[in-house]
Amino acid sequence: MSLLEVDDLRVSLRTAQGPVQALRGVSFKLERGATLGLIGESGCGKSLTALALMGLLPEGATVQGRLRFDDLDLATLGERDWCRLRGQRIAMVFQEPMTALNPLHTVGRQVAEPLRLHRGLSPGAARAEALRLLERVRLPQAAQRLGAYPHQLSGGQRQRVLIAAALACGPQLLVADEPTSALDATLQREVLDLLLQLVAEDGMALLLISHDLGLMADRVQRLLVMYAGRVVEAGPTAQVFAQRAHPYTQGLYAARPRLGQRLPDGQRPRLATIPGRVPDLAALPPGCAFAERCALALDACRTGQPAAMSIGPAHAVHAAWCLRAGMAAPQAGAA
Amino acid sequence: MKAAPLLQVQGLSRAYRLPRQRLWSAPPLVWALQGVSFELQAGRSLGVVGESGSGKSTLARLVMALEPPTQGRVLMQGQDLHAIAPAALRAARSRFQMVFQDPYGALDPRRSVLQTVSEPLGLLEGGARNPALITDPSALRARAAEALDAVGLRAADLDKLPHEFSGGQRQRIAIARALITRPALIVADEPVSALDVSVQAQVLNLMADLQRSHGVTYLLISHDLAVVDHLCSDVVVLHEGRIVEQGAPEQVFTRPQHPCTQRLLAAVPGAA
Repeated sequence: MSLLEVDDLRVSLRTAQGPVQALRGVSFKLERGATLGLIGESGCGKSLTALALMGLLPEGATVQGRLRFDDLDLATLGERDWCRLRGQRIAMVFQEPMTALNPLHTVGRQVAEPLRLHRGLSPGAARAEALRLLERVRLPQAAQRLGAYPHQLSGGQRQRVLIAAALACGPQLLVADEPTSALDATLQREVLDLLLQLVAEDGMALLLISHDLGLMADRVQRLLVMYAGRVVEAGPTAQVFAQRAHPYTQGLYAARPRLGQRLPDGQRPRLATIPGRVPDLAALPPGCAFAERCALALDACRTGQPAAMSIGPAHAVHAAWCLRAGMAAPQAGAA
Repeated sequence: MKAAPLLQVQGLSRAYRLPRQRLWSAPPLVWALQGVSFELQAGRSLGVVGESGSGKSTLARLVMALEPPTQGRVLMQGQDLHAIAPAALRAARSRFQMVFQDPYGALDPRRSVLQTVSEPLGLLEGGARNPALITDPSALRARAAEALDAVGLRAADLDKLPHEFSGGQRQRIAIARALITRPALIVADEPVSALDVSVQAQVLNLMADLQRSHGVTYLLISHDLAVVDHLCSDVVVLHEGRIVEQGAPEQVFTRPQHPCTQRLLAAVPGAA
């Protein structure tokens, strides 16, 4: 049995314009100890998926579909059960470490908090364990830093503290929503690789959310590409990169500037852009939400929701939800 | 004879005072920038890369004359920005403008696009030099519409508020505000790092187009080497406030000499 099974998850949010379907049938499985990446642009529903898994959806949101974690049906969980689950069996690392940490409490206290809450450790034992965790995330001078406040740390150090707090109780699932986007490039790689190393050491499962395609390569086993509240492509990361079977995946890939891109005359090429913009979730077309921006769209794309098309060998479980899947054949040349 | 450079930075240093460690000790200094010199010719663009804390943004603030250097000079078309009178500096400001990282934070949510985009005209070209623009709303509107047109937005957008636009459109508005004084130099501090990938491509294409059509010169600060490689004809690598490597991106990014450049390159996803 998979650790996590999400089946036809639909979330509708209350907005000034009335209810809006922000997640429209998201399904995926995550095995124990496996890593899964969730990629897409602002508003595609990737963070909302994470919040649904943590029971942290905004006020007024309605949830349909099945959300099973281990032996628990998350959809029917009450707030007391959520409180026992969060931080203990499912933990989350947020994007912005300054707002995720409480500015009035020392970092030692914040890392120790889940230990006292969930494992009932004494203040002294929790403090010793917090120190061990801060050393494990390689916070420099961890012993002196136990009494430091978040504002006394740099962005990278704060993110290490958040990771330490998330790992404190040895969760089965770690959800990391853009865990390094607030850091600069060299630190991003270092902190992300630390996170992945700790996840592997502890054998926990990881759901990594990012808008950065380059960051996902080589770092997660499977990848889901999301657009306008749906999964549009899912498969083993290397295969998704190699095939880019959905025109949107292809567009995301081609839009990135890459080092050393030059035309034969030494000029820089224009970057490929995806025409138009992300559709308004309150006024989605009846067919494929990407159709109006897609160069390959047929009339049929605009009338009905595309079914999953299987890509490549069957054992790879690689699919794209597109009638024209694989038609936007990637140009020769790899990443 | 070679034309005089648009921007000359000569021996620029900046120290910041840290809080006192002990009551009677002198407050320690930290040197954010140490002896940085370079020249930028009109129509070219210089990328500044480096790790966080390397002095990139300090350099941008000194070039924009938002704070004084501890040592050194910034010459804009031969004029020392940190030595001239405040009134002269204000007049000079129309020639260099800045685009910030966060298009959400850089626009006032309560002001219309017209007010936001035309604001530099009122402030910089000043009543004294160009009273017609301030008193003639239709002339002001025409200039603002022209700037919006250059960034691919419509004149009809002038009366809207920032929340009606997407992130990429807001960054276009911020660029239009920088363009409206027809500056020779635009200092852009991480102009695309807050944007989604597909929007980032649109803004980078726009910046390249504006360079061709308007002859704008960029000083581009970015941690993203691919962005710098895409837009810049020259690059300097900053490390602990000093320039440790400089040259054409084709050379610096393919045969990096300094360990700091090599580290930055190793962090580029998909490279190495």
